Amino acid sequence: MSTIEDVKPVPVTLGGVRGGPERRTLRRDRWWASPAFTYAVLTLFVAYTAWAVFQNADYYVGVNMHRDLISPLYSPCIMGSCVPGAHGTFLVLHWWTITPAIFALSVPAAFRSTCYYYRKAYYRSFWQAPPACGVADGHARYTGETRFPLILQNLHRYAWGLALVWNVILTIDAVMAFRMPGDGGIGVSVGSLILTVNAIALWLYSLSCHACRHLCGGHVDQFSKAPIRHRLWKLVTPLNGRHMQFAWFSLFMVVLADVYVRIVAAGWIHDPKLF
Amino acid sequence: MSTTIDLAGGETLELHDFDVVVIGAGGAGLRAAVEAKQRGLRTALVCKSLLGKAHTVMAEGGAAAAMGNVWPEDNWQVHFRDTMRGGKMLNNWRMAQLHAQESPDRIYELERWGALFDRTKDGRILQRDFGGHRYARLAHVGDRTGLELIRTLQQRAVALGLEVFMECKVLRLLKDSTGQVSAAVGYWRPTGGFVAFTAKAFVLATGGVGKAWKYTSNSWESTGDGHAMALWAGADMIDMECVQFHPTGMVWPLSVRGILVTEGVRGDGGVLRNSEGRRFMFDYIPAMFAAETADTEAEADRWYDDHINNRRPPELLPRDEVARSINAEVKAGRGSPHGGVFLDIASRRSADYIRRRLPSMYHQFKELAGVDITQEPMEVGPTCHYIMGGVRVDADTAATTVPGLFAAGEVAGGMHGSNRLGGNSLSDLLVFGRRAGMAAADFAEGRVGQPGFDEAEARQVVADALAPFSREDGENPYEVHHALQETMQSLVGIIRTESELRQALDELATLEERASHVAVRGGRAYNPGWNLATDLPSMLAVSQLVTRGAIERRESRGGHTRDDYPKADPELGKVNMVQRLDERGQWVLTPEPLPQMPPELAALFDEGASTSANGAATDGKAGAATAGDGRDGQPREGQQSTQTTEEGR
Amino acid sequence: MGDVTMRIWRGDQNGGQFVDYTVPEVEGEVVLDVVHRIQAGPAPDLACRWNCKAGKCGSCSAEINGKPRLMCMTRMDQLPTEEPIVLAPMRTFPIIRDLVTDVSFNYVMARQLPPLKPRDPEPDGTYRMQQVDVERGQEFRKCIECFLCQDVCHVIRDHEENKPHYAGPRFFIRYMELESHPLDTNDRRELLRQRMGIGLCNITKCCTEVCPEGIKITDNAIIPLKERVVDGAYDPIAWLGRKILRRTKRSAREVAADAPAAYAPTSEDLGERRAVPETAGRA
Repeated sequence: MSTIEDVKPVPVTLGGVRGGPERRTLRRDRWWASPAFTYAVLTLFVAYTAWAVFQNADYYVGVNMHRDLISPLYSPCIMGSCVPGAHGTFLVLHWWTITPAIFALSVPAAFRSTCYYYRKAYYRSFWQAPPACGVADGHARYTGETRFPLILQNLHRYAWGLALVWNVILTIDAVMAFRMPGDGGIGVSVGSLILTVNAIALWLYSLSCHACRHLCGGHVDQFSKAPIRHRLWKLVTPLNGRHMQFAWFSLFMVVLADVYVRIVAAGWIHDPKLF
Repeated sequence: MSTTIDLAGGETLELHDFDVVVIGAGGAGLRAAVEAKQRGLRTALVCKSLLGKAHTVMAEGGAAAAMGNVWPEDNWQVHFRDTMRGGKMLNNWRMAQLHAQESPDRIYELERWGALFDRTKDGRILQRDFGGHRYARLAHVGDRTGLELIRTLQQRAVALGLEVFMECKVLRLLKDSTGQVSAAVGYWRPTGGFVAFTAKAFVLATGGVGKAWKYTSNSWESTGDGHAMALWAGADMIDMECVQFHPTGMVWPLSVRGILVTEGVRGDGGVLRNSEGRRFMFDYIPAMFAAETADTEAEADRWYDDHINNRRPPELLPRDEVARSINAEVKAGRGSPHGGVFLDIASRRSADYIRRRLPSMYHQFKELAGVDITQEPMEVGPTCHYIMGGVRVDADTAATTVPGLFAAGEVAGGMHGSNRLGGNSLSDLLVFGRRAGMAAADFAEGRVGQPGFDEAEARQVVADALAPFSREDGENPYEVHHALQETMQSLVGIIRTESELRQALDELATLEERASHVAVRGGRAYNPGWNLATDLPSMLAVSQLVTRGAIERRESRGGHTRDDYPKADPELGKVNMVQRLDERGQWVLTPEPLPQMPPELAALFDEGASTSANGAATDGKAGAATAGDGRDGQPREGQQSTQTTEEGR
Repeated sequence: MGDVTMRIWRGDQNGGQFVDYTVPEVEGEVVLDVVHRIQAGPAPDLACRWNCKAGKCGSCSAEINGKPRLMCMTRMDQLPTEEPIVLAPMRTFPIIRDLVTDVSFNYVMARQLPPLKPRDPEPDGTYRMQQVDVERGQEFRKCIECFLCQDVCHVIRDHEENKPHYAGPRFFIRYMELESHPLDTNDRRELLRQRMGIGLCNITKCCTEVCPEGIKITDNAIIPLKERVVDGAYDPIAWLGRKILRRTKRSAREVAADAPAAYAPTSEDLGERRAVPETAGRA
């Protein structure tokens, strides 16, 4: 790889006394509301997920309830520790004895934490760099994403690729949820609908990803010479414009699906069959 | 890197030396500086604002160049003829010829430097229709072509490592003992410190003069500095009375009074109404245009879809006619609440159509006036737009009558005659900017000896500029400026008469007196009151030039309309009104004959009548075809016959 | 209508304070109109930069009630008038006076940008480009250089020390315009990574929020650039692909060597004449 070390660095001296008052911000609107809200929601999500992960129970509704519903937090379930019926048949990691959710969540966690939207969300709300536009940074020093570990954000596209595999598995989960074992073959229940909407939300979120947009056609300089990639790029671009909405919606769906499976599995409610 | 000399009173004068100094960083100035720099000369660009903020960014429509990408029939001869006719034959024929011949190359050059013009289906530069142009000819980028042009040139200049001196107001040009322009004295706006640039050649590219009027589409910079500096340096000025008033500027709110409302609104179906709701333009169809203008609303409305069997709506009469009519309606008390008339497209076209065809107009009214033009009519009135007159230059070299001084762009006169066609100014900047840069480089290379100047003169310039600080209880310069704008607006506006012009001359004398007594307070660093005080002499000089020219041109031609001489005078159509200051500082005005067009070019106009007759069918077809894409502000065949009639008068 | 109070920061490098100006309210005005009325009346020396007053030149940038905005495009009737309207200069750049700042930083960054290096033209000497090829770049060329994005960007707004190695959002869109230019043959990715600070941006999107032209700076320029830099520097598969396939663009070394000779800013750029001390205002 080439370097540019042999080019003289520019002696830039751009400083000077700044104008305006020495205040954190002159804004008077409720600029803190949005980062505070993000902070609260993300904290709640992380807390709930951590709790759910270490429950290591009530994540699967099986044949005994005439359903095949698995929580997205525990799928793919290919561990020795998975409850019977939940795990796949052709690949089982028997040596894995702790909660299977840790493996299942590793990819979504990597994908979401390196996501260009979530980066904005947590840099603003948790890191306060900056908390809002025109409001001073919460830190004296700042190196952005140039050093370890944040330089790893650059591998977002790999997390995206793995997330697609997860999407396929969760889509299969959703399809399987329409089976009603021991109860009339195929049908539609609330649980199957929730898993389906969850799968769709995950696809929308993954396909609207900025790395996806780049790989589809964003890297092309001359669209007229690459019509297929241009068409893909044009398909992804409007989705990309709603990446934030999809990010929140899919996050909400994952939690909803887990909660639903959990309360059905725990026997609080029955999963109603619609038709 | 600069040296300084001490002036009296502890004042110092910073000195910079170059081969070529270009004053003004709009399109023409940048193009000139790029040319001189490419030639390897030590070149400086001096501008009153930041680089890239010049008034050129405001140009919307496009740059006219006969590239023939849309209509292969187009060529420089047709463009040349359109330009001359649009200028009512008062143009310098050689400038019009060079402009028509060289514009396409200048546009292609911009593309090599990174400009991204809109494209045709086969990947060439797309061209759009505009009033007065026989073929679709304007290379454009949506409705922000001026921005594209200035940004491309700016980036080219930066890539070449051009030295740019920003926020520096040049006050005066100084000559050496041989009578050649050798130095420009000015001050830094950020600090108020004085500076002199010495150079072997200077290019003036300072743009227009609109800020002398109250309602103008021009930015604050358009104070006529270049016109005035050339005049003071002894240069000839021509046809300064020819000022273009665009009929449709915004009139409300105050914040945007004068900002342009594009001709495209009317081209796309917008109509003008008075406070009674009447389409008053039907009352103002002059006899000479009656043959090709619709006399019923029904016929006018059919024209948009069928150019061939219907006559054009009276809203699309030439700019001067429409501006005059609006003026008359307002004077008769039938104006809109804020002193304009209504331009209504909301009741005539769907909201979708308006948003698609006029995005920037939609945005402009929505943001600035809180008016949704898809729901309500706009209020519009005439606004000062462009000065066709300017410094007299040699067509090929852009050299003024003063050795060492060149001029290009709006500050130069002659190219546009008495009326400029839309789209011709952006290409004018490029063609003559480059020519000025080349000629200045040639001149600098050939000039012997180091340019010098008389320090006493520089001292005087500095003392004059600083004088307002020493006056204790003088007038606020803003008040003088407002008074000047009122005077020019009311007495030297769209419609002029001898008595009012004479009154204006008297008032200008008074204003000159008042301007010499203004006081400013505060420091020198970025003091807008002081900056305005130093702009006032330029604006006053230009106002005098316009008024004096207007008195002497006893006819109505293009942008110059005399109530007391409503017709064009064929004899006055053969002369430039040349003005200068003589050695004693007296104003001199002499009508001088226009340069004589060679027979082969003159022949283009003899054929004109027959060509336009024969060409009526093809013209009609072209008009109808392009009406479909709606870019055409004015119908081609209507324009053609308009011009034929105009010639007949 | 009543009165309106403008609380305007007046001062220079030696310090300053807010001064209140109360003027009558006039219908339909923008903030810049009120500033002009204050200049024409009580404070003729109030410094404020402006040109076109139509949102097209990008000169009148300031911070209105703490938000970076164009004064000419901010209508008074959209601001709450119960309390004074606070007008302050752009925070990121050194002060000249009152509302005017020294924006030389941007001109220095512009100089360091390797320009377009177009491929060979068609036999007729001109180029062919399809509309779809130019549209991406056209969005970025809408930029009016108001520098509000540079002002709001915390990388340099709050961290003066980053200025020498951070091009900023305005120039990221320019880099993206050139990197995706259908005619260009330069490769500026290593320059962006090593010297222009693309990695410093943490995509918090304030630049997009303040852009008066509505350019999607983050989504359409910065993130695509980051992805292109990943292609060039961080993605092992892309690296392998380049080893196997022939690389078509020029190396960063060639590009940097190609950059203008006036690479280093001149003293004029950096305010020698403006005598701005080279000290940071706020750490």
